[in-house]
Amino acid sequence: MLAEIRERIRDAAARKTPLQLRGGGSKDFYGGALAGEVLDTRGHAGVVSYEPTELVVTARCGTPLTELEATLAERGQMLAFEPPHFGAAATLGGCVAAGLSGPRRAAAGSVRDFVLGARLLDGGARELAFGGQVMKNVAGYDISRLLAGSLGILGVILEVSLKVLPRPPAERTLRLELAEDRALEALNRWAGQPLPISASAWRGGALALRLSGAPSALQAAAQEIGGEPLEAAQAEHFWLGVREHTDAFFAGAAPLWRLSLPSHAPRLELPGEQLIAWGGALRWLRTPADAAAVRSAAAGAGGHATLFRGGDRSQGVFAPLVPALLKLHRGLKAAFDPAGIFNPGRLYPEL
Amino acid sequence: MGEALPAARVDAARQRAVAQALRAFLPERAVLWQEEDTRPYECDGLTAYRNVPMVVALPETEEQVQRILRTCQSMGVPVVPRGAGTGLSGGALPPGDGVLLSMAKFMRLLRLDPVGRIAVVQPGVRNAAISDIAAPFGLYYAPDPSSQIACSIGGNVAENSGGVHCLKYGLTVHNVLRVRGYAMDGEPLDFGGESLDAPGLDLLALSIGSEGMLMVATEITVKLLPTPEAAQVVMASFDDVGKAGDAVAAVIAAGIIPAGLEMMDRPATHAVEQFVGAGYDLEAAAILLCEADGMPEEVEEEIAKVKEVFTRAGATRLKVSRDEAERLRFWSGRKAAFPAVGRISPDYYCMDGTIPRKHVGEVLGFIGEMEKKYGLRCPNVFHAGDGNLHPLILFDANDPEQLRRTEAFAAEVLEKCVAVGGTITGEHGVGVEKIDQMCVQFSEAELAAFHAVKRVFDPHGLLNPGKGVPTLARCAEFGRRHVRAGVPAHAGLPRF
Repeated sequence: MLAEIRERIRDAAARKTPLQLRGGGSKDFYGGALAGEVLDTRGHAGVVSYEPTELVVTARCGTPLTELEATLAERGQMLAFEPPHFGAAATLGGCVAAGLSGPRRAAAGSVRDFVLGARLLDGGARELAFGGQVMKNVAGYDISRLLAGSLGILGVILEVSLKVLPRPPAERTLRLELAEDRALEALNRWAGQPLPISASAWRGGALALRLSGAPSALQAAAQEIGGEPLEAAQAEHFWLGVREHTDAFFAGAAPLWRLSLPSHAPRLELPGEQLIAWGGALRWLRTPADAAAVRSAAAGAGGHATLFRGGDRSQGVFAPLVPALLKLHRGLKAAFDPAGIFNPGRLYPEL
Repeated sequence: MGEALPAARVDAARQRAVAQALRAFLPERAVLWQEEDTRPYECDGLTAYRNVPMVVALPETEEQVQRILRTCQSMGVPVVPRGAGTGLSGGALPPGDGVLLSMAKFMRLLRLDPVGRIAVVQPGVRNAAISDIAAPFGLYYAPDPSSQIACSIGGNVAENSGGVHCLKYGLTVHNVLRVRGYAMDGEPLDFGGESLDAPGLDLLALSIGSEGMLMVATEITVKLLPTPEAAQVVMASFDDVGKAGDAVAAVIAAGIIPAGLEMMDRPATHAVEQFVGAGYDLEAAAILLCEADGMPEEVEEEIAKVKEVFTRAGATRLKVSRDEAERLRFWSGRKAAFPAVGRISPDYYCMDGTIPRKHVGEVLGFIGEMEKKYGLRCPNVFHAGDGNLHPLILFDANDPEQLRRTEAFAAEVLEKCVAVGGTITGEHGVGVEKIDQMCVQFSEAELAAFHAVKRVFDPHGLLNPGKGVPTLARCAEFGRRHVRAGVPAHAGLPRF
């Protein structure tokens, strides 16, 4: 399989024909328009090594995310960044390339925070290994973390080593009635206290908070925070909906924007419905407002906006880069993929 | 390990020209060139490598940094950035023909936002000072390298520094939100932001740990965490180093991520006990320190679990800190390990290899063999939770023969770390010190990729040259000297 992928890369580079790197295709909707001949990575699959007591798993790009998570769950562990799958076919390679994290992100960290090492096939079909299988590693530039969220523009992510964490001994979800301003204020206040909050989601005047940790700590924290407890099954369903965008908020055809902001950025003066996650740092917005208005509101609040699903994607979906950053992006793209064959236009039209 | 640097003879005309060019926009006190002034900058925390810089520049403003870089780029002069100079890999070793760029005057706290839980600081601010200023708000900055009272946040960013609490709270890369600074050509760069991510490639992650070779940071935004309400530490004794290693794995297997999990072997506890009197068990072959932090309820639960795990793993003695004073006393020995070792030996050489924890018994056994082979003692302190070893080779630098043996000893240990699936450096960086071992850890194609990344930021190779990533020619030379099992490393490279 590896030989086949390499051959495809050599051939594409020789013909200067773009390749569309694709696992299960669950995130085809994300980023710029798809281009090029599909290079299906699903044949390069499987867990390479997993040692629970080392807190490290190494798996090939085509490994289905569900399979990987089930392997970890058998040993009481998890991917703490709770990656959204967006479909049953999601693979590890796509998860890392998309760089998307789920509800636990504000508490536990993002995909890139858990990447320890990676193997990459560059534009010359050379296999390169960066990072490693240990928690701390500062030998060489941190190219494995650079791959998280790169949308495949630097090469085929063949294999990834991730730090894993034990599943929390207990979880409970609380529901509080709070207006948006009050919810943002409370989320930031609680985040400044040593409380075991592992996820938050506000919409339509109600805030859901998930607590994770030792049962005794949850008990104490719940008393401090107040609110109504949700039943376990109901809570699980709710957080899955927030992670997978199966929650009713995400239904329908209105454009879905993802605004990444400082957690205490004030309420946005934009029309439409919002779902606020990550303690205030992530705001999902269904809005008819035009891209310029959304981007300017996000930038004004100290963050950036991505046109996540739907809408007019012809003007680019990610916040434009300033010239100095675009120059570095071009340089890095050229360093790893001089023929420009990998996922052209998926991250930025210029790359 | 590097060979001795060629004695640099300063080109007086060049020195004058560079100093004059910098004096055009820097005050007199900010440009040093006389040897009595530049000599203090000849080395960082790795004192075995010294080189007097041609010129030292001490800017105070971002604009001055930018102009220094532009000036040096136009004159083709190498620049080496330096923070507090506590680095342990020679990353701030000056070039004899270049400018040492000291960021020591960038000492200001620019903004502390207790609600957003961030601090914006200049790179010369000391690591511990950030936690000090955040403390009144119940917040702190998590990464705590042992040198935290002296090391600067700029240096932490350059090295991606860790500390004793990394397993739970992460490294510098997990706790820095934004880095602003300049590329070698003076171009302003701004990576990350005050949100949890930024658009495009993760250049923030790439810049952290880049050893001052990609950019010069002038402003750093760090994440602040709520100070845990409670913390307690268990000290456990083991009669065998391997058993202590197994006990560490057992803690993780029990689903516990301790705030800190450290191991010291007997030579290390003996060295520190006479220095600080931390109350360590001197009979034990190894001791473990395991800290739990958080809400009082969870600390109590976790400590009980840890005690149970250690008992089952064969601990010969267990002590739990009864109060904050005792907790700090238990840690004082670990935190003072380096200076304590400095007391029992004229010099020590600290290694930084990181290994998958399951190999700890094997690697410590190997270090024991090396002690015999090279006739040098080597106490071990170990960030056990994340597999980061700090063996300390004791030697006398005044004896060139001992220094040579120390370097050979260290090189063998680092290569052993790579052989068991680890890395040559967990948190101290490659610098000049481990540059040859990079040839062991990485292939030619990987090293070429690093050089390609470097060229994107610094096409002329003027920013901190000769550090971090060896040239392929250097690896070829290293491979020629270093034939392992009959196969020279990098056999495919042309020989010179």
